[in-house]
Amino acid sequence: MAFEPKIIGFLCNWCSYTGADLAGVSRIKSAPNVRILRTMCSGRVDPAFILKAFQLGADGVIVMGCHLGDCHYQEGNYKTVRRLPFLKRLIKDFGIDPRRLRLEWVSASEGDRFAKVVNEMTEEIRQLGPLKLSVHREIQRAIAHQ
Amino acid sequence: MAKPKLALYWAASCGGCEIAVLDIHEKILDVAAAFDIVFWPCAMDFKYHDVRAMEDKSIDLCLFNGSIRNSEGAEIAHMLRAKSKVLVAFGSCALEGGIPGLANLTTKEDICRVVYKDTPSTVTQNGGVYPQTHSKMKEGSIEIPELWETVKSLDQVIDVEYYVPGCPPQPEQIWAVIEHIISGKPLPPKGSILGATDKTCCDECPRDRKEKKIKQFFRPFEIQTDPNECLLDQGIVCMGPATRSGCGALCTKANVPCRGCYGPPPHVVDQGAKMVSALSSVIDAVEPEEIERILDQIADPMGTFYRFSLAHSILRRVEKA
Ligand code: SF4
Ligand code: SF4
Ligand code: SF4
Ligand code: FES
Repeated sequence: MAFEPKIIGFLCNWCSYTGADLAGVSRIKSAPNVRILRTMCSGRVDPAFILKAFQLGADGVIVMGCHLGDCHYQEGNYKTVRRLPFLKRLIKDFGIDPRRLRLEWVSASEGDRFAKVVNEMTEEIRQLGPLKLSVHREIQRAIAHQ
Repeated sequence: MAKPKLALYWAASCGGCEIAVLDIHEKILDVAAAFDIVFWPCAMDFKYHDVRAMEDKSIDLCLFNGSIRNSEGAEIAHMLRAKSKVLVAFGSCALEGGIPGLANLTTKEDICRVVYKDTPSTVTQNGGVYPQTHSKMKEGSIEIPELWETVKSLDQVIDVEYYVPGCPPQPEQIWAVIEHIISGKPLPPKGSILGATDKTCCDECPRDRKEKKIKQFFRPFEIQTDPNECLLDQGIVCMGPATRSGCGALCTKANVPCRGCYGPPPHVVDQGAKMVSALSSVIDAVEPEEIERILDQIADPMGTFYRFSLAHSILRRVEKA
């Protein structure tokens, strides 16, 4: 069976989630590979959520938030703008290709942009192939054991 | 009435946790008076077959230190699990892999190659040999334990009742735990962390933390630090915000940043992820180049953030291609 990337998308409620919604309402086609999780702000995306997504089998993770200056909570995405590059370094040290983690700003009116970044990311992960980690096997084993 | 039975064991351990138990000083006599010590390889002459001969659940309390990184550690862990009523993961190594867990940064092959071939002091014959689990010679055959690819925390191998954090746990905390058990007071719920508190190291630290914004990080030898100000505020990477309190902030009181040995505080699963958040909040930059420049100054993030908890972190080990 052909590889279909599993991508987890953390989308902030105020801009990017609405942007995704707009893409849907406007019937803009985009790859179905991103499983969306709505968070109140991109700043709410704890780095542990992202590591956990990789632990549980995501091939890629994309975080989307309001453009800088537009965060509903003013400062939230300024945290994100530092966290994500930091986290990319960390996953690289863990042996995970940093291209598997992406940060994009998508406003509530950018349904087309939402579709574009989703398609781009899906293609990129398709090229990279499935993410294989030894922790996946260990978790499988622990589940089988229970 | 017969005294309750106590066992102590070390798996992949440095011995420091054993010393820490002795560091309760003369109270060790109270321990000896309250318990019948039935197994303690570091201090007393018991053999594995002595334990094997015991009935299941006949040991009342087992303090187990060290992580699990070979077949011997796992075998004894399973055996002590069967024989013990209450089994405690004692010290950072048992709790979260500890210092030996840093082996998860590399592979078994790389470790063996460095140790048995590449070190300049090693004389190799026929290209060098790695330890073999079975070897035959004319006197007979020998079996030695098999080294694992990945170091594990104790609870990744067996079920444990309690955890006592620290590398090593502080003697006052050890005594508090033992005293509680001796007193016969009801035991806390299974899975509890004993000998520590529910806050972070920063809460115990006497330094003044203002959560200043930082443009530059330093390594401890690069600057003269102010003794009263928070080290992180001064640009020193301190694990305080990502570490459970319980030690009394020993290190920062001695002018050394916390290295995180008490493990993650409540509601934090991964010390590295927590440090990414904590440091991202104080870095004073918005432009990508500036952010990268500042991140470049953080020396050895893996070895710093996961010094004690790599094996028990979300991703557990580094993947080698
Ligand atoms: S926790 Fe620290 S003191 Fe205890 S065995 Fe491990 S390395 Fe040694
Ligand atoms: S970051 Fe370190 S120095 Fe600062 S308050 Fe916390 S423990 Fe103390
Ligand atoms: S200050 Fe940190 S590293 Fe030092 S003993 Fe306490 S928890 Fe461990
Ligand atoms: S609310 Fe959208 S990034 Fe903060």
